[in-house]
Amino acid sequence: MSNFYLDNPSLKHHLHHPLMKRIVELKERNYTEAATYDYAPVDFADAMDSYEKVLEIAGEIIGEVVAPHAEEVDAQGPKVVNNRVEYAPGTVENLKATTQAGLMGLSMPRRYNGLNFPMVAFIMASDMAARADAGFCNLWALQDCAETLYEFGDEAQRQQYLPRVCAGATMSMDLTEPDAGSDLQAVMLKATEDPENGCWRLNGVKRFITNGDSDIHLVLARSEEGTKDGRGLSMFIYDKRDGGVNVRRIENKLGIKGSPTCELTYKNAKAYLCGSRRLGLIRYVMALMNGARLGITAQATGLSEAAYREALAYAKDRKQFGKAIIEFPAVYEMIANIKAKLDASRSILYETARFVDIYKILEDIEKERKLDEVEKAELKKYKKLADAFTPLGKAMNTEYANQNTYDCIQIHGGSGFMKDYPCERLYRDARITNIYEGTTQLQVIAAIRHVLTGTYLLQMREYQSETLRPELDGLKARLARLVEIYEQLVLSVADTKDNECIDFQSRRLVECAGHIIMGYLLLLDADRHYEAFIRSAEVYVSYGEAEVHKIQHFIRNFNPDSLEFYKQA
Amino acid sequence: MSLKIIVLAKQVPDTRNVGKDAMKEDGTVNRAALPAIFNPEDLNALEQALRLKEQHPGSTVTLLTMGPPRAADIIREGLFRGADNGYLLTDRAFAGADTLATSYALSMAIRKIGAFDLILSGRQAIDGDTAQVGPQVAEKLSIPQITYAEDIQSVANGRITVKRRLERGVEIAGGKLPLLVTVNGSAAACRPRNARLIQKYKYAQTPSEKQASADDYPLLSDARRACLTLNEWSAAHVGADVEQCGLSGSPTKVKKIESVVFQAKENKTLDASDAQIEALVVELITNHTIG
Repeated sequence: MSNFYLDNPSLKHHLHHPLMKRIVELKERNYTEAATYDYAPVDFADAMDSYEKVLEIAGEIIGEVVAPHAEEVDAQGPKVVNNRVEYAPGTVENLKATTQAGLMGLSMPRRYNGLNFPMVAFIMASDMAARADAGFCNLWALQDCAETLYEFGDEAQRQQYLPRVCAGATMSMDLTEPDAGSDLQAVMLKATEDPENGCWRLNGVKRFITNGDSDIHLVLARSEEGTKDGRGLSMFIYDKRDGGVNVRRIENKLGIKGSPTCELTYKNAKAYLCGSRRLGLIRYVMALMNGARLGITAQATGLSEAAYREALAYAKDRKQFGKAIIEFPAVYEMIANIKAKLDASRSILYETARFVDIYKILEDIEKERKLDEVEKAELKKYKKLADAFTPLGKAMNTEYANQNTYDCIQIHGGSGFMKDYPCERLYRDARITNIYEGTTQLQVIAAIRHVLTGTYLLQMREYQSETLRPELDGLKARLARLVEIYEQLVLSVADTKDNECIDFQSRRLVECAGHIIMGYLLLLDADRHYEAFIRSAEVYVSYGEAEVHKIQHFIRNFNPDSLEFYKQA
Repeated sequence: MSLKIIVLAKQVPDTRNVGKDAMKEDGTVNRAALPAIFNPEDLNALEQALRLKEQHPGSTVTLLTMGPPRAADIIREGLFRGADNGYLLTDRAFAGADTLATSYALSMAIRKIGAFDLILSGRQAIDGDTAQVGPQVAEKLSIPQITYAEDIQSVANGRITVKRRLERGVEIAGGKLPLLVTVNGSAAACRPRNARLIQKYKYAQTPSEKQASADDYPLLSDARRACLTLNEWSAAHVGADVEQCGLSGSPTKVKKIESVVFQAKENKTLDASDAQIEALVVELITNHTIG
């Protein structure tokens, strides 16, 4: 009997963050829905209790159903039969169990049969799912597309599609094409208006579409003939029941093998415009991607959790030279680092989710009524923070998931290289996280803006100004010194006023910001639960400190003229 | 056609995860060491009921359980999975009941609940393993019964078709409603608890739980939600003759309970001859080790 919520107390710790009070009262509109829906909460404690109980169900299904299927699903994978995807049998059972438990449409409003849960709770389910099976986590997390449909679709579309998602209909976002990967402005899939039938028709090819045979698709297509850039793209809704989209093949991948990655052909497929023309990429897909990036950040965190547990269990069990290998400094240091990176990852994940929650809920409330001045300021503040933390968290956590699963294999030694232990699957599954939904290199491009404009610095000062328990003074002072170094480094790079130089150093600067912010977040965690987090806080600050000094050394000694040496002749 | 379905369920100690402290020194079950759970085969029965409810809109699934006050957990668990309501039969007079007294009390409660089309129960409970209560309830209500069901294949025109799982194969049996079916563990597993239902019913309590609880929540929720009181019946509520209930109504007397620990005390060496192997097989069958 394993329950992935109950056996992991750090989830409860993050669920009960002080900011939740504000998030829940906004999300529940001051608990007014209890009069209409018998499952709506009557107050804050009731809402939190509901999140816990539902996460307990999710944890049970993930622990009892999804996790035991993971190995078999990885080996079998999905198939294409008559242009349709057939999931592995384990995947089918996973989806059935999650749907029956009413866990689909977790974050949708109750009027569409959702549970109206905040992003924090939804992300927590993704975090647990990824620990069990990262491939299944994708199918689960794609229900987040409903968020975009809710935000930008019209009321008729919401009523048509959202209850279906809550009843278990799966979703996909059809964005990339053979010649449009990171550069989505190059999307060519053609959308033509069909006024006679009151719809649009889609023709062309999409590639690398996760869960591409889903029930409801959001499709990015070129609606404005003759255009070449992002402003000619619109977003469409395609319903599989209408037909017209076939799966030509599924990719044979290194990891997340349970999640079908499809090549799709559109032949005059009926589709409906979602939102306004021309805003497909520049507005809607950007929103969609931000949600998806948070999802991948959760996926990476779940993978790190699995890596930590596997590494720890093996190191305690495996005996060499007459003792358990965890007793050797070389091994326990690796495990301590995995744990510290895991805890730091989870802290930034939920910090980001909270920022996203507040601004998204306020934006939603803004559709119902005017916001007051305080709320407007709140919306602005958290939107900016969400915008800054989303790429930072994705970059840091996905790189850590790779490092942690790599170290997990290392701890297993020769056995880790064999197919006998889950660590090799974790390693393969983690490898995609820092590639899809924007590579780490692209996250850095999104994050560097907030390095240069001072969003991160301001937030670091905010953390520094918190009053924490005195035992943490030492770590806090060390972080304060790192902030000074960071500030100087940013100034020195910005002062070059040379864009190529700034681009060249940007990953280093973003990493510094990541180390410092994640260090502070662990301090705040240790302030709330000292015993549970002090080890990771100590280990992570020491690790981050060494990394920041390394970066400082590199940037200080860097001569812009030496850029030439980095270019291949 | 909509159906009125009653599911009999029992709260049992989880004997599947028995540790070394499962038995006390005196050989009785150490209930404190074993978590109380929904009897597994009763969950299979509940799933069959919920499937019928889906196939026959307007149907209701009512749980009935007998046990101590904490057996209210069984009713809540059933509601979380999709049952419509439930009754907890609890009274000191029921304590110490064997299968006869239990089936008497349950049958009285069923009469009180009123008209029904179908009663479902698990084949047997994992604590007593008697498989008697279901059949006895049917007898007391003078209705037919089908035991060892693996799948209820259809209910139509007042008739039921059931696939039975027997020792040496399967059998398709039919019967006329109203009727009682006991369900095997080989039937489909019960669906998970549902997120909406758990939020709806989490504060549902029996009147005695409400009295015992210092928590304000039930009171607060009561004002907004009427559905949160679980039905609780005593022997008097169901008009049961106290003499036929509990210990006094139970002809079964437990003389002695022994904690049997299997130990190898002797060994035998056989050669590989057919005669010796055959002799061993005969011996094992004779002393009921196998067969």
